[in-house]
Amino acid sequence: MRYSAWSILTEGFRGNTGWKPVWREPDPKPEYDVIIIGGGGHGLSTAYYLSKEFGVRNVAVLEKGYLGSGNIGRNTTIVRSNYLLEGNQPFYELSMQLWEGLEQDFNYNAMVSQRGILNLYHSDAQRDAYARRGNAMRLSGAGGELLDQAALKKMAPFFDYDNARFPIQGALWQPRGGSVRHDAVAWGYARGADSRGVDIIQNCEVTGIDIEGGRVTGVQTSRGAIRAKKVAVCVAGSSSRVMAMAGMRVPIESHVLQAFVSEGLKPIIPGVITFGSGHFYISQSDKGGLVFGGDIDGYNTYAQRGNLPVVEDVCEGGMALMPMIGRARLLRMWGGVMDMSMDGSPFIDKTGIEGLYFNGGWCYGGFKATPASGFCYAHLLATDRSHEVARFFRLDRFLRGAPLDEKGAGAQPNLH
Amino acid sequence: MTGPRRIDGGAIDRSETLRFQWNDRWMSGHPGDTLASALLANGERLVGRSFKYHRPRGIFSAGAEEPNALVTLGKGAAAEPNTRATVAEVFDGLYATSQNHRGSLEWDLLAVNDLLSPFLSAGFYYKTFMWPAAFWEKLYEPVIRSAAGLGRLSGRPDPDSYDHGFLHCDVLVIGAGPAGLMAALAAGRAGARVILADEDFRAGGRLLAEQYEVGGQSGTDWASAAMAELVAMPNVRFMARTTVYGVFDHGVYGALERKTDHLGGVEGKPRQVLWRVYTKRAVLAAGATERSIAFGNNDRPGVMLAAAVRSYVNRFGVAPGGQVAVFANNDDGLRTAKDLQAKGVDVAQVIDARKGEVVVDTSGRKGLRRLMLKGGATVDADCLAVSGGWSPNVHLTCHQRGRPVWREDIAGFVPGEGLPDGMVVAGAANGTFTLSGALSEGHAAGAQAASDLGHGGSAGEVPAAEDEESGVSAFWHVGESTSRAWVDLQNDVTTKDIKLSHQEGFRSVEHLKRYTTLGMATDQGKTANVLGLAILAEASGKTIQDTGTTIFRPPYTPVPIGAFGGRARGKHFRPTRLPPSHTWATEQGASFVEAGAWMRAQWFARPGEAGWRDSVDREVRMTRGGVGVCDVSTLGKIDIQGRDAAEFLNRVYANAFLKVPVGKVRYGLMLREDGFVYDDGTTARLSETHFVVTTTTANAVLVFRNLEFARQCLWPDLDVHLISTTDAWAQYAVAGPKSREMLSKVVDDLDLSNEAFPFMACTECTVFGGTPARLFRISFSGELAYEIAVPTRYGDAMIRALMEVGQEFDAVPYGVEALGVMRIEKGHPAGAELNGQTTALMMGLQGMVSKKADAVGSKLSEREEMMADDGLRLVGFRPVDRSRDLKAGAHFLTKGDPADMAHDQGWMTSVAWSPELGHSIGLGFLKRGSDRMGEVVHAYDELRGFSQDVEVVSPHFIDPEGGRQRG
Amino acid sequence: MLINHPLLGPRDAAEFVYLGDAALIDRPDGMSASVEEMHEYLHLRDNPAGEHQELWYHEQGDRSWLVVTRNTLTHEITNVELARDMARARGRSR
Repeated sequence: MRYSAWSILTEGFRGNTGWKPVWREPDPKPEYDVIIIGGGGHGLSTAYYLSKEFGVRNVAVLEKGYLGSGNIGRNTTIVRSNYLLEGNQPFYELSMQLWEGLEQDFNYNAMVSQRGILNLYHSDAQRDAYARRGNAMRLSGAGGELLDQAALKKMAPFFDYDNARFPIQGALWQPRGGSVRHDAVAWGYARGADSRGVDIIQNCEVTGIDIEGGRVTGVQTSRGAIRAKKVAVCVAGSSSRVMAMAGMRVPIESHVLQAFVSEGLKPIIPGVITFGSGHFYISQSDKGGLVFGGDIDGYNTYAQRGNLPVVEDVCEGGMALMPMIGRARLLRMWGGVMDMSMDGSPFIDKTGIEGLYFNGGWCYGGFKATPASGFCYAHLLATDRSHEVARFFRLDRFLRGAPLDEKGAGAQPNLH
Repeated sequence: MTGPRRIDGGAIDRSETLRFQWNDRWMSGHPGDTLASALLANGERLVGRSFKYHRPRGIFSAGAEEPNALVTLGKGAAAEPNTRATVAEVFDGLYATSQNHRGSLEWDLLAVNDLLSPFLSAGFYYKTFMWPAAFWEKLYEPVIRSAAGLGRLSGRPDPDSYDHGFLHCDVLVIGAGPAGLMAALAAGRAGARVILADEDFRAGGRLLAEQYEVGGQSGTDWASAAMAELVAMPNVRFMARTTVYGVFDHGVYGALERKTDHLGGVEGKPRQVLWRVYTKRAVLAAGATERSIAFGNNDRPGVMLAAAVRSYVNRFGVAPGGQVAVFANNDDGLRTAKDLQAKGVDVAQVIDARKGEVVVDTSGRKGLRRLMLKGGATVDADCLAVSGGWSPNVHLTCHQRGRPVWREDIAGFVPGEGLPDGMVVAGAANGTFTLSGALSEGHAAGAQAASDLGHGGSAGEVPAAEDEESGVSAFWHVGESTSRAWVDLQNDVTTKDIKLSHQEGFRSVEHLKRYTTLGMATDQGKTANVLGLAILAEASGKTIQDTGTTIFRPPYTPVPIGAFGGRARGKHFRPTRLPPSHTWATEQGASFVEAGAWMRAQWFARPGEAGWRDSVDREVRMTRGGVGVCDVSTLGKIDIQGRDAAEFLNRVYANAFLKVPVGKVRYGLMLREDGFVYDDGTTARLSETHFVVTTTTANAVLVFRNLEFARQCLWPDLDVHLISTTDAWAQYAVAGPKSREMLSKVVDDLDLSNEAFPFMACTECTVFGGTPARLFRISFSGELAYEIAVPTRYGDAMIRALMEVGQEFDAVPYGVEALGVMRIEKGHPAGAELNGQTTALMMGLQGMVSKKADAVGSKLSEREEMMADDGLRLVGFRPVDRSRDLKAGAHFLTKGDPADMAHDQGWMTSVAWSPELGHSIGLGFLKRGSDRMGEVVHAYDELRGFSQDVEVVSPHFIDPEGGRQRG
Repeated sequence: MLINHPLLGPRDAAEFVYLGDAALIDRPDGMSASVEEMHEYLHLRDNPAGEHQELWYHEQGDRSWLVVTRNTLTHEITNVELARDMARARGRSR
């Protein structure tokens, strides 16, 4: 059913009894053209674009838990296209463009809110690095402005300009950046894919990948064997575990990133803000909670929880930058398990096994990539060719000596 | 009596009266009152507005679970929004205001939302506000945002301070109710080191709120006696007002102690202390939380949890209403009527859900007036005590892997598998709801923990107490109710929303939470979650156990961000490192700049100079024309000794080190294992077995870490030892044509002639008549130059002495800006070029990467795309229009190419204005740059509106042959 | 987290810096290894859901590199030893 103000009105008058399930709860069929392992944001958007843009509809999405139970539902909801490298920025810019038309496209209000993102700089060297980045953004059509302190003060008067350990000189500003209601993205994609015939099968854990003669033939699951012509792995956070079922090793470590939300408060934070001299970023949700985070805990883990040193580090950054939040209370802390890759950049690629595809390595940047990741993965699955903007996301780039290292941190996942 | 609703008894101190303000009206209370009890005593029923529908709300509970009574305490910068009135202690001068209303609390304009509620059902916003697209940010969202949120931050810096502390114990007892007190007594008596923490300001838990007897005395008296015994034990520490908010790995518990909130703040004292408690065992005795029943209009002010009614009557001496009705599905709730009658409060009706008696609806616009019962009877009441049973406070058991399990007999979730290591649960938190059971479980837990840890003392006896079970029969919502029945009071989630969520396919408990926002308010659903998932289970025909719970996350109750931040704010955010000449430089009026943790002198302005450029230009000119002095102590220094020291260096640097002669310095290029450039610096060989390495300031710590990795993990038997000596030596660059002459008056008995001490020579020596020193003839500026190091304790004296000697030569101190100008003029790479993304080949240093021996990074530097001919190369640039400045961060485009990413040719890394050349110069990476000398390319800088054409030149702008530094 | 340092006893993990898979000790010799082997050594590390041997550096302490055996699902630490001892045990010397 189509959603609109009119449907709200008519349903309201008849006691909201006519709303239909947003998705079916189908049993798995014996065989599909494409099986997508992982019903998170990227898996669901892949299914959506496969069915909508590439006409591939005999598709199943297999999800171990409930749909949207991965990092799509435990991130800090930021979208931006302010990357530096040629291998990344055009991809994230495509993603931003897809965000901009998403709600009308899938008829679901995911609250894409372009209130802007500020990356603060605290030194001349940092300003120059942001100038390089800002010009790269301009070259890719993403826009961006370099603000000096006077312009920044107008936008965010509450920073500690006078007493900061690291002076706040200005910011790189991308007005098109912002935030999106994360769960709604999963639900909107699921609804759109389901309505085009994609089977989204929840509580269905993949326990094995069937390979015969170097070719994938299907998967084993907690709900029985399912045959498939193509199997698309899309399980960021668990990539190593699932790829091990196919006997493959991937250049990825699993790390936990914590995130935090405060009690609800009246609007006070404009857009998204990232601190340049500590690990802290923040935005405010439509409900009023301050949503903030910082660095990963830094050790391999599959547990969706972190430890106190990082909590304190993040809050120190927050108090150093904007001491007005001291009396706001931290309401909830949680963790998501990240695929941290060896260069901080992702993969959308075929594998050495025919019919087996891999999407992962999103580090802590997967949410903003959700539309383009799905679009480019669908392109690869449908055409067996990389999409133009995802052509650098290859698994062999380390062997070739072409890492996509935005930070220049090298092959050390916890530094990206 | 203070206030119309005050009654006799209770644990308040009537001898003292405290005055406080509520919405700018003065009221009074007593020590022992919370803001909630004092407001009730003063007859205040309406205290807030709900989140979505702005429904009138009153005090619902008497503890940390409060969903309704959220107020703002204090004003100005100290205003603290969203504070639960039920846990805020009253003090003289307390200032509290209601929040989340437009207009007054009584006449909230946004109450119109309630009339629109048919159209504002769960998730309505996902279905609309999509057209036209641009209206979201411009219209819909601002309206939604301004209506949402609860309290308001002041926007001013938090005026208070917060401390962090660390505590260690054998047994941490969480909760000082009957089970917790008994656990602490047993463990303490046995000799264990015990910390007993409770969020309340007074120990006793439910004992304070009930009329139970323990060991023949009143519960309150027994708690006081237990506390007296505990306080007398030197091995026991009681922490009141302390919430254990989270459990972390390996026995680390987070706790927040509120130090001065209840005093209205004390000058110079921290407001709160965030403790990290390291404990071997923990006894969780956190009690249980009562929940409500969903019936029509069950959210009116005056509808209150039954246990809260007993708390107000028994502990606070307050009658929450004049005519109180009771509605419960358990004996415990029905006992409320008895307690009320004992205090002379009028009980309007007792409604026992187990007998099929239910409240169907209520009326009373801003406070409860009447109940409508099944069968059509009505009851006049201004307060309704509701009990739907108790939910054990299992939160902390779930902070790691624990998942609670449903117990049908008590209709509650109890701790399941996967408790944090070392934790046991006792009393109501464990689903043990009788008083005698709580006491004996607490005792056993405390005794066991102590004995596990080898404390053999006697744990004493368990006192006698009541052991009657509270018969409870699960009852969640009143089917006969047709009006909305609230489940989550704060977020306005009703039974209809839960059913709608199920109808639309949001059937997992996580989907329910995320779609309806159930349990996501400031109370995290403490009174709502079990009710909500029971209704979901009913809708989906599943058991409550199979429906499961959402995940409990820290903190148990919200913790101020300021408390987590502690003292690390303002200038104390991070430590500040000061180089040895700092005091002297301050006296000279230097400007300083942050370089990582260091503060370095940026330039030394002189009178008459109009701006920083004047100062920097002068420092460069005077250094290049005479002599300049710069503190370079911040560079990392690593002392490397051992028979295999040279071999070790040969393996960690890309270039060869085995044949460096004693008394010589070699430039070293360090790669990461992936073959990209990591760091550079100079290495001086002071003896066959002794080297001194320098690193860049930024990488000092990282390089040392990596060298230790190589030493301990890769080649553990090399005879080599490392020590970081960055802080041990004060090091000054003395640069310029007159540097030799000047230094000859500094060093003792050393021939500094070019023959005796040539470029790249080094030696240990003495200065100023015997002070030990090291002298290196190295040059970052490109001039004849030296670096002289003395032990840090002489650093301040050294700079003063150097400048005194230097007077005769017109020596000038120079800062990091002039240092930067001179290195750019020389084409030396620094941080902007060594940014972790660049290779030796890009820098023109590929010849340094030794092919003869294995070194870290050399193999992977050979990967095919890193060796490509068409890659980036470091070159110099000058503006075609020499009067223009260059800016770092511009991107290069071949003239005539379109401005897009596909045509990006590189970027400008560093720029400076060269006093010697009289124009701006730059370094940058350009594709095939070394083949493009003389070409004019476009420096794209639309970010700053500063694009211009630039000419590609050699990166060595001054003295490319290096004659000056060798002279 | 707490790490039971073999020389110093239990220390808060915040004193340490984490590197990763202890297989980083097994660095191939660059003169004899191929680019592929060196690539696999550096980039394809173990990432198990369960017991993991990993390198931690006591930067705020005695500068020992330790090999910690820790479960990545539960964070339980079952063994801690000096990396130097393990390197020798794995045949590394000079």
